[in-house]
Amino acid sequence: MTEPILSVRDLSVTFDVPKKGAWPWTAPMKLHAVAEMNFDLMPGECLGVVGESGSGKSTLARAIVGTVPSSNGNIIFEGADLANMNPRERRVHRRDVQMIFQDPLAALNPRMTVGEIIAEPLVTHDPSVSRAERKKRVQELMARVGLLPNLINRYPHEFSGGQCQRIGIARALIMKPKLLICDEPVSALDVSVQAQVVNLLMELQKDMGLSMIFIAHDLSVVKHISDRIFVMYLGRGMETADARTLTRRPEHPYTQALISSVPIPDPKLEKLRKPALLEGELPSPLSPPSGCVFRTRCPKARPDCAVGRPPMLDLGNGHFAACPYHEPVDLLAAS
Amino acid sequence: MLLEIENLRVAFQTGDGEVNAVNGVSFGIDRGETLAIVGESGSGKSQTAFAAMGLLAKNGAATGKALYKGQNLLTLKQKQLNKFRSEEIAMIFQDPMTSLNPYIRISEQMAEVLTLHKGVSKKHAIAESVRMLDAVRIPDAANRIRSYPHEFSGGMRQRIMIAMSLLCQPSLLIADEPTTALDVTVQAQIMDLLGDIRRDFGTAIILITHDLGVVAGFCDRTLVMYGGQIMEDGPTEAMFADPSHPYTKGLLQAVPRLDRDDDSLATIAGEPPDMSRLPQGCPFSPRCAWVQNTCPHIRPDLVNWADDRRRACHVPAKEVMA
Amino acid sequence: MYPNKATVEVLEQAGHMAEVRGRSLWADARSRFLKNKAAVASMIVLLLVALFALFGQVFAQWERDFIDFSLIGSNARQGVPSFETGHYFGTDASGRDLYARTVQGTQISLMVGLVGAMVAVIVGTLYGATAGYIGGRTDNLMMRTVDILMSIPFMFVLILMLVIFGRSIFMLFLGIGLISWLDMARIARGQTLTIKNKEFVEVAYATGVHPAKIILRHIVPNLLGIVIVYATLLVPSMIIFESFISFLGLGVQEPNTSLGALISEGAANVNNQVPWQLGFPLVFFVIIIFAFFFVGDGLRDALDPKDR
Repeated sequence: MTEPILSVRDLSVTFDVPKKGAWPWTAPMKLHAVAEMNFDLMPGECLGVVGESGSGKSTLARAIVGTVPSSNGNIIFEGADLANMNPRERRVHRRDVQMIFQDPLAALNPRMTVGEIIAEPLVTHDPSVSRAERKKRVQELMARVGLLPNLINRYPHEFSGGQCQRIGIARALIMKPKLLICDEPVSALDVSVQAQVVNLLMELQKDMGLSMIFIAHDLSVVKHISDRIFVMYLGRGMETADARTLTRRPEHPYTQALISSVPIPDPKLEKLRKPALLEGELPSPLSPPSGCVFRTRCPKARPDCAVGRPPMLDLGNGHFAACPYHEPVDLLAAS
Repeated sequence: MLLEIENLRVAFQTGDGEVNAVNGVSFGIDRGETLAIVGESGSGKSQTAFAAMGLLAKNGAATGKALYKGQNLLTLKQKQLNKFRSEEIAMIFQDPMTSLNPYIRISEQMAEVLTLHKGVSKKHAIAESVRMLDAVRIPDAANRIRSYPHEFSGGMRQRIMIAMSLLCQPSLLIADEPTTALDVTVQAQIMDLLGDIRRDFGTAIILITHDLGVVAGFCDRTLVMYGGQIMEDGPTEAMFADPSHPYTKGLLQAVPRLDRDDDSLATIAGEPPDMSRLPQGCPFSPRCAWVQNTCPHIRPDLVNWADDRRRACHVPAKEVMA
Repeated sequence: MYPNKATVEVLEQAGHMAEVRGRSLWADARSRFLKNKAAVASMIVLLLVALFALFGQVFAQWERDFIDFSLIGSNARQGVPSFETGHYFGTDASGRDLYARTVQGTQISLMVGLVGAMVAVIVGTLYGATAGYIGGRTDNLMMRTVDILMSIPFMFVLILMLVIFGRSIFMLFLGIGLISWLDMARIARGQTLTIKNKEFVEVAYATGVHPAKIILRHIVPNLLGIVIVYATLLVPSMIIFESFISFLGLGVQEPNTSLGALISEGAANVNNQVPWQLGFPLVFFVIIIFAFFFVGDGLRDALDPKDR
């Protein structure tokens, strides 16, 4: 069996939130953005992470990329623990893990030309590469992601959102990274452009043998691109399975609620479906519910759900769900 | 017809010259009907609604007609329009915070609408507001009405906006991307709520959105816009089953579906239109897979081609649908 | 889109196409600035004033420190501005050529303003950007230092310095340099905090770019817009500041002079029928101040197009 390229073990990320009106030296409150996260990513695999706002999925991405410090646990990337490294060692490892962001324009420095932007990782990690060689590689990559190479001296504001995202993709790929983390890469794009970028990402992943973590709130897109899906709620993992199993036979009540809420662009089908509406609101991450964090909104909640965090149960074939009362439901049966 | 838009055009004067955001749009909506206006950025879908409501930015101007119960909204004075805006037509937006004053309690903001337009006493107005908040399923409305907008979550704020827009019992509700900023589970709640409102109050709803999934579950009729023009118009079910316009077809194929296992998505080539540089003919022609020689030069008319369905395309419907 | 045949064709053609030069935000700002008539006119005026300050001396008929004793006391009649005597702007109370003195006064005033602004731009921007980017305790320490420096009444300290160490241009520059960067540091820090949270900075950090490079390549260029605007508005306030010091009789030492000192002298003699002694320096002073304000305004509109 192959070794996973990335293993996340008991990863927690906490943020300090100052208490309102407190003295500057009072201990701040701890916000657990990500708590006790565990998963493996195989080489060449695409793991989709879904969750609503406040689920900690972006924080998870940032912890792996290393822009947010983790407070506990290990991020083992090719045998090295990224989470417990000094900044200098860490900087060397950054070439292998790259990230694509949600807002394509905000992720590009408006004062730099496209060529400079794409070349920046190269200049940083391989300063010995000659100027001509650098330009050649930038232009090759631009063509590869579907940008005209003669636009190398243009500035980001002269491009549309979809093109800006292509620039971001080119920058992420110039170092030939092993792991690519995409944080909502298409949610800011128009529908017709979304598909272009999704296809491009899938193609590049296949061609370059990339391992990928694809984070989005849109389950349809995640399901389309991912081999395996990981569902998060309030900083915790709820369920994980291969994409088809997770959408067809979800076991966790939260996954089921999520799937039933996703609208399908088919009027006939939509008329038959009844979304299982969730009660109440997302609890504050500052004071998450005891026991299962989902229990306050869960249709299946029982008194004992408040006691103890439910462990991830192995349901076979790589399907895990953190709910003792799990049962499969096919919510897309009508089609 | 409750609202009838005839040959609406909207132009903006910008530093780079005139930009035509809407180019001759005509459609109507009946009492109690739900109509979706679907389009991407720059399609003119929001500007169409803004123009009808007299909410265009200062540098914009609208021509054509927007007949509401026979009265042309475009020629009304600001003062008359204000009356229409709250009592007859209501509008909700993507970001509820833009229409809620963060420094005033919800109770005051809601009661003001009623005291101003219906001339009822404040006590009565607050009681009515609480009732309306109950109707949009805000828990513990009687107490929470005294809160400030920021004390509510995004979904709750959108509910408050909906409650507020319904206070004067309008006949038409225009919802401009009401769920775009919300999570899917909250989106499902809000769409469910809008469905109930339509049933209980008989309010006609225009839903402006880019999300085809939301449209599918909610709207009787769908209007697809691109580059400031209507591409296709028809009953939602028929249109989604058999899109007759290359753009509609492309759009439907470009969205991944949770219930299907496609290997790769069909895409529409190119980028959304630059509104200051539209082709003379069909705005979609630069990206169209069926494009013919005439397309970039001659604008296709929006014609009735089948039962209750209209399309603007030079390519015969049969060829596109095949 | 990617494997689309049309795209491939376009890409093939692109190989033969020349590289397109992009329009940078700076170029955009320049064209917006050039459309602003008041700002462009002010810019031209400022250039003329600068030329006057640099080369005005060439046309002077008299040395600026030459005291014409014959004129002392009869200034109102014989020191009138005229081309015949060569005193274009007339003479001052000591019978010195006011034209030559105004040239020098303008020189000194502009220099004070520019040096003050330059110190502010260089020290203030780097200081503020560093504090803002590093954040946390360092930021706290650096900014509290600024707060403490700001809370000292600098006019008072400067006057003390000038009295204790003697009046000299160097002291004046030192004093102005000391205070001018404080506000700039605060502005730069505030801006840095917003820019720091932009995703492109996060990308650079995630890529492993060295922090010093992040500040210089990603933060400072994006700060410059605001910094330039503030600097242009800082120049006139520095000039005013210096004039005030000179007006009090501190600041520039005789026989050197500045616009402030000249205005001070002119104001002292305002009752002696020598209006030109106040008028000429004052006109230059006002022109410079106004022109800088207009240019600053134009730059702000050009660099921050959101307000258009």
